[in-house]
Amino acid sequence: MMNSSNNALQQYLELHDAHREAIDAHSAAPMRALRSRARLRLEPPARLPRKADEGYARTDIDAIFAPDFGINIMRVPAPVDIAASLRCDIPNISTLMAVVAGDEFRPTDTLVRNMPAGVTLTSFSEAEKTMPGLVAGYLGRLADADEGADTATLLNSLLAQDGVLLHVSAGTVCTKPLQLVNIFNAGIPTLAARRVLIVLEPGASASLLVCDHTQSRGIACLASEVTEIFLGNGARLDYCHLEESNPDTSRVASLHASVGADATLDINGSTLSGGRTRNSYTVHLDHPGAQARIAGMAIASGTQHTDNNTFIHHHAPHCTSSQLFKYILDGSASGAFRGLIRVDQDAAFTEAYQTNRNLLASEQATMHTEPQLEIYCDEVKCGHGATTGQLDQAAMFYMRSRGIPQAQARMMLMQAFMADVVDTIAIPSLRDRLRMLVERRLNGQQTACGDCAAACAPAPSTQP
Amino acid sequence: MQQDILLKVTDLHAAIDGREILKGIDLEIHPGEVHAIMGPNGSGKSTLSGVLAGDPRYTVTAGSATFHGVDLLALAPENRSHEGLFLSFQYPVEIPGVSMVNFMRAAVNAKREYLGEPPLSASDFLKLMRNKRAVVELDNKLASRSVNEGFSGGEKKRNEIFQMAMLEPRLSILDETDSGLDIDALRIVASGVNKLKTQHNATIVITHYQRLLDYIRPDFVHILYKGRIVHSGGPELALELEEKGYDWIKQQVDNDEQQQ
Ligand SMILES: Nc1ncnc2c1ncn2[C@@H]1O[C@H](COP(=O)(O)OP(=O)(O)OP(=O)(O)O)[C@@H](O)[C@H]1O
Ligand SMILES: [Mg+2]
Repeated sequence: MMNSSNNALQQYLELHDAHREAIDAHSAAPMRALRSRARLRLEPPARLPRKADEGYARTDIDAIFAPDFGINIMRVPAPVDIAASLRCDIPNISTLMAVVAGDEFRPTDTLVRNMPAGVTLTSFSEAEKTMPGLVAGYLGRLADADEGADTATLLNSLLAQDGVLLHVSAGTVCTKPLQLVNIFNAGIPTLAARRVLIVLEPGASASLLVCDHTQSRGIACLASEVTEIFLGNGARLDYCHLEESNPDTSRVASLHASVGADATLDINGSTLSGGRTRNSYTVHLDHPGAQARIAGMAIASGTQHTDNNTFIHHHAPHCTSSQLFKYILDGSASGAFRGLIRVDQDAAFTEAYQTNRNLLASEQATMHTEPQLEIYCDEVKCGHGATTGQLDQAAMFYMRSRGIPQAQARMMLMQAFMADVVDTIAIPSLRDRLRMLVERRLNGQQTACGDCAAACAPAPSTQP
Repeated sequence: MQQDILLKVTDLHAAIDGREILKGIDLEIHPGEVHAIMGPNGSGKSTLSGVLAGDPRYTVTAGSATFHGVDLLALAPENRSHEGLFLSFQYPVEIPGVSMVNFMRAAVNAKREYLGEPPLSASDFLKLMRNKRAVVELDNKLASRSVNEGFSGGEKKRNEIFQMAMLEPRLSILDETDSGLDIDALRIVASGVNKLKTQHNATIVITHYQRLLDYIRPDFVHILYKGRIVHSGGPELALELEEKGYDWIKQQVDNDEQQQ
């Protein structure tokens, strides 16, 4: 692919136009429909967002997509070591796990054998056989629907050929956590367009852990991920995302959710290692009593860049939302957070809070934060706060005066700083696991997951 | 005899934010001794404590401090602690999110590592915590919370002496440990300090009140004023100060200054 026009989008359009038949031929049917619509909307002057565009103050999406990435159009199975990645299984609890190798869904045997009644975790193409029409009924309704749907999302719709469906039928409570492990193992620079659709029917509940890993080393990888979540009335979803890749792997992700009456969406998104990361969360609280809690953390060092962008839209009365995002930035790492809460005129008795706190552990690290409130209703309780600072020097000296070495004192303070983000996770085993991973990360132990043998390439020692 | 000197401070000068606070401190402490340092507010007592403990906010501009033969000022704060120096803070610091247990375990095991000893087992450590809590009757509930977080003023001071008991220092500097303690707590904390006293260790007690010195009997009393020790004496000096205040000392020093 040549990047001729100084516009990263162009190369993907050219690729698409030249290979449309092959792309379609290897696609799940619902993706084909989405693709046609996306293609129309990507005509000039469409382009990928650049630094300083609104909402992208510090993140150049165009530059992230600019390298000459290969796309696995013919869907040749990626040489991912599934056995090794199986060890991502969470200690003390068995999850129902599936792997996404590149962009290809691969269930594990245990998943297939142990899937509880009423719960489906499968690819779009499989779902077409067992639940025809279901995916097509939801896909794109949130992510692509907006007139202003961002170009990176439309590009995902253009390129994604299949996706992962999690469906939980009405009233079904899935007690075992489900797990999706996204893995890159690339021989050449690779872009994977990943698509996830989560539908919880009324009264259903589930928890899903999504992990990002990269097994290859020194090869540029880019994950384009679009997740759509539909929560029926009274449904409850715990969604955890854990990014532990390497500096050569970038991620441009958007998550779009619609939360029904008295339904609860809990999100925890943690970036422990990676290259450039952009996560955007758009949550619609559509019906009375809907609730969303979004927590996120970034622990970044080296030249890592992490950008979280939220848009919480209160459409209905009596909805609550809370956001808690924390960053620890070391080395020359940079972070960005932009959080927008919008309360419509009809959304009386809204409660919406947002907190962003950041620790700069080095002089070179930088943080950009932009909290925003748009309130068109009087009967609301809203608040937001953002702080960026250094480690508490008084606490640091106190600890050292007791004999705790400086590096360890730093580590303990950073861990303490992240404690409340970890504590937002409702499932104890996931919470303990994240706590352990944060500790390892802050210790400079970079093995992605405990004793994982997957050799998910560690970042070069970049201990904060 | 040189070996008998636990701490020798010579002509110590120190500044904070470019302002000189300590202007030539001389102090010699031997094992088994208790020294009281008194002096008006702002005279530099906490500064001296901080400088000796290695608070990085202070810059030593001249002088030396030798701790049982070791150049104290060359050591990082954590190594000063490992060598046996302990500071009970005038204002103990709250550390939300760090539990007392993790904090103490890190401290104890760091010292053991420094001394070439293996870390304590979990059960030995908890036993040690329990024994030392008893020294100052520290509530188990406090020991299971974050470091000093939400502790009352008195609870914080009690927690300082608990930490002192855990670390078994050779030289303890108690910076106004009595402030904030109620009458019963003062007795408990003071008797805790006395229990920890041996002929091998020493204590510097910084206080404004004779009350504490009734419990912890000093061998020497020093008056710190304007960054210098301007007067030293025996325990009777504290009683004299209690009675007369600092004016006579201030006048004496200020007159001397004018004459120069
Ligand atoms: N950051 C600073 N910049 C300038 N001066 C400072 C700074 N911090 C402390 N000082 C000054 O240093 C002097 C000594 O303070 P120090 O705390 O050592 O006094 P102290 O003898 O312990 O008093 P107290 O009895 O009130 O505890 C005071 O005048 C104080 O205002
Ligand atoms: Mg003081």
